[in-house]
Amino acid sequence: MASAAPILDPTGRAEAVTQAIQGGRSLWDDARARLMRNTAAVVSMVLFAIIVLVAVIGPMVWVHNHETISDLRTVPPTFENWHILGTDLQGRDLFARLLIGLRISLMVGVVATVVSLVIGVTWGAVAGYLGGRIDNFMMRIVDVLYALPFIFFVILLLTVFERNIVLIFAAIGAIEWLTMSRIVRGQTLSIKNKEFIEAARAAGVSQYGIITRHILPNVIGPVAVYVTLTIPVVILAESFLSFLGLGVNEPLTSLGVLIADGADMMEDKPWMLIAPAVTMSVTLLCLNFIGDGLRDALDPKER
Amino acid sequence: MLQRAFRRIPWGYTLRRLLIAVPTMLAIITVAFLMMRAAPGGPFDGERKLPAATERAIAEKFGLDKPLHAQYLDYVGGVLQGDFGPSYKTLGKSVNDLIAEGLPVSLTIGALTMLLSLILGTALGVFAGLRQNSAADYGVMGIAMVGISVPSFVIGPILILLFALGAGLFAVGGLGSYPNIGMSWHNMTLPVLTLSLAQIAIISRLMRASIIETMRANHIRTARAKGLSEWDVITRHALPSALLPLVSYAGPAMARVMTGSVVIEKIFGLPGLGSYFVDGALNRDYTLVMGAIIVYAGLIILLNLVADILYAMLDPKVKYD
Repeated sequence: MASAAPILDPTGRAEAVTQAIQGGRSLWDDARARLMRNTAAVVSMVLFAIIVLVAVIGPMVWVHNHETISDLRTVPPTFENWHILGTDLQGRDLFARLLIGLRISLMVGVVATVVSLVIGVTWGAVAGYLGGRIDNFMMRIVDVLYALPFIFFVILLLTVFERNIVLIFAAIGAIEWLTMSRIVRGQTLSIKNKEFIEAARAAGVSQYGIITRHILPNVIGPVAVYVTLTIPVVILAESFLSFLGLGVNEPLTSLGVLIADGADMMEDKPWMLIAPAVTMSVTLLCLNFIGDGLRDALDPKER
Repeated sequence: MLQRAFRRIPWGYTLRRLLIAVPTMLAIITVAFLMMRAAPGGPFDGERKLPAATERAIAEKFGLDKPLHAQYLDYVGGVLQGDFGPSYKTLGKSVNDLIAEGLPVSLTIGALTMLLSLILGTALGVFAGLRQNSAADYGVMGIAMVGISVPSFVIGPILILLFALGAGLFAVGGLGSYPNIGMSWHNMTLPVLTLSLAQIAIISRLMRASIIETMRANHIRTARAKGLSEWDVITRHALPSALLPLVSYAGPAMARVMTGSVVIEKIFGLPGLGSYFVDGALNRDYTLVMGAIIVYAGLIILLNLVADILYAMLDPKVKYD
């Protein structure tokens, strides 16, 4: 029945419009295609997937435990007893410690980034949507906080209070939300006057509903890019603290702790430094390449 | 030229920013003070229990026997007069002494790092951006990515291993031994280089994006159309506008360099403010830690302000009422 009626199509765009409505090549399809053409990003994604898998499964299946002390102290890498990365000063297997350290570092990266995501997105969306004086006030606070040497306060916090891993998550997350809130606010400002928001308002949707159901879904792109780029920053911040002796406590470890231990011994036992240093660098490199690739894919004007 | 720039200083904006800086600094001092006082265990809790009389004498000497608000007022009053009080842990030295010892080292590292990063970062970024998507571009950007991803506390030990322990070109750490103590090429090259790499990488990425965008602008097309050589187009017309994002990055960059300096000073065993700060934090030397935080915060706020004013003076499009 429908096919019998001739389609009136004076602009000649009917096909494109139909395709867009029926979900042809959307913005996300284009972005995915561009991302897949980016070799560095694709290789990084595969490598990072492997790294995550190793960090999750590795500690469960590896023959050594990261806490077990033995008399075989500072053994160089050897296949004897499966100490493939050697042992540390207490005779603990370094590969087992590397696996746990990697797991802790990734965990800090993800959890602290989620903390920063929640604070930053809420703050930015509310400021951008409400606008006016409230926006001005909220963003002025962000400006002031931007100027503070936060890492010094984190160091202070960690020395004053009992060090624990939750505090590290919260402290790092709480300092990384500022840029996120600026990005979300900018995006919110640019879409809050669009017709579909007006339509929602006219239909009587509450302010909370408009922010959560109409604005937030439309800021996902830039936020996703920034999240990918925040994870390596956070991992770096944790390692920075660990390196200064303010990170996770023994017998747990993180890549920063392992690098600090290795740097102390590097003159005659360089293998203790090399393995964690390479692991850390490769992990951060992968995350940065993925973040860059995502940004180029979603916002291709720079290419 | 200078006069014109002077007239472009946004006095109102500067004044307002200075007015905001005052409560900001006060908030920093207050938060740091309260956090220190909230700490479980005092700074003089040692292995041994001290006799009650000695404890009282110490508390009296450092004013810890007074009520909290009196301690706070004493402290703020002191800071306003430039007096950060006595160090809790380094006997016979005031926090002012320690800051006076450490700050020159940290500032030298920071200033040299900024200089090196700005020059090299700009040069590399412009070089890559003008050859967009060529092999040279990918090469420079690939190296920059490594520079961003490899942390300074990995690069530092590796540089020591290669150039100090291996080739013996530079000092492994420290500022030399008596009587040749002091900053020199021998002991400052590696720390500055280590701290610079990440900044060079960030700045070159920023400059690359900026120059690519600028080269597409209308005024560049005009400059080309009137027959200027490519060199003149780049140096006289593209660079001035492409450098603007760099000015707005200078503030955050200096904050990052100062933070990074803490780790660098630890790696290379340099007696800078960052070293004192970390040692103070680990030893619960509260007055020293607070003094260091206040100095760092003051510096960062001041440098940010200078960068923002500079930006307003250079960019004709920015209007601050």
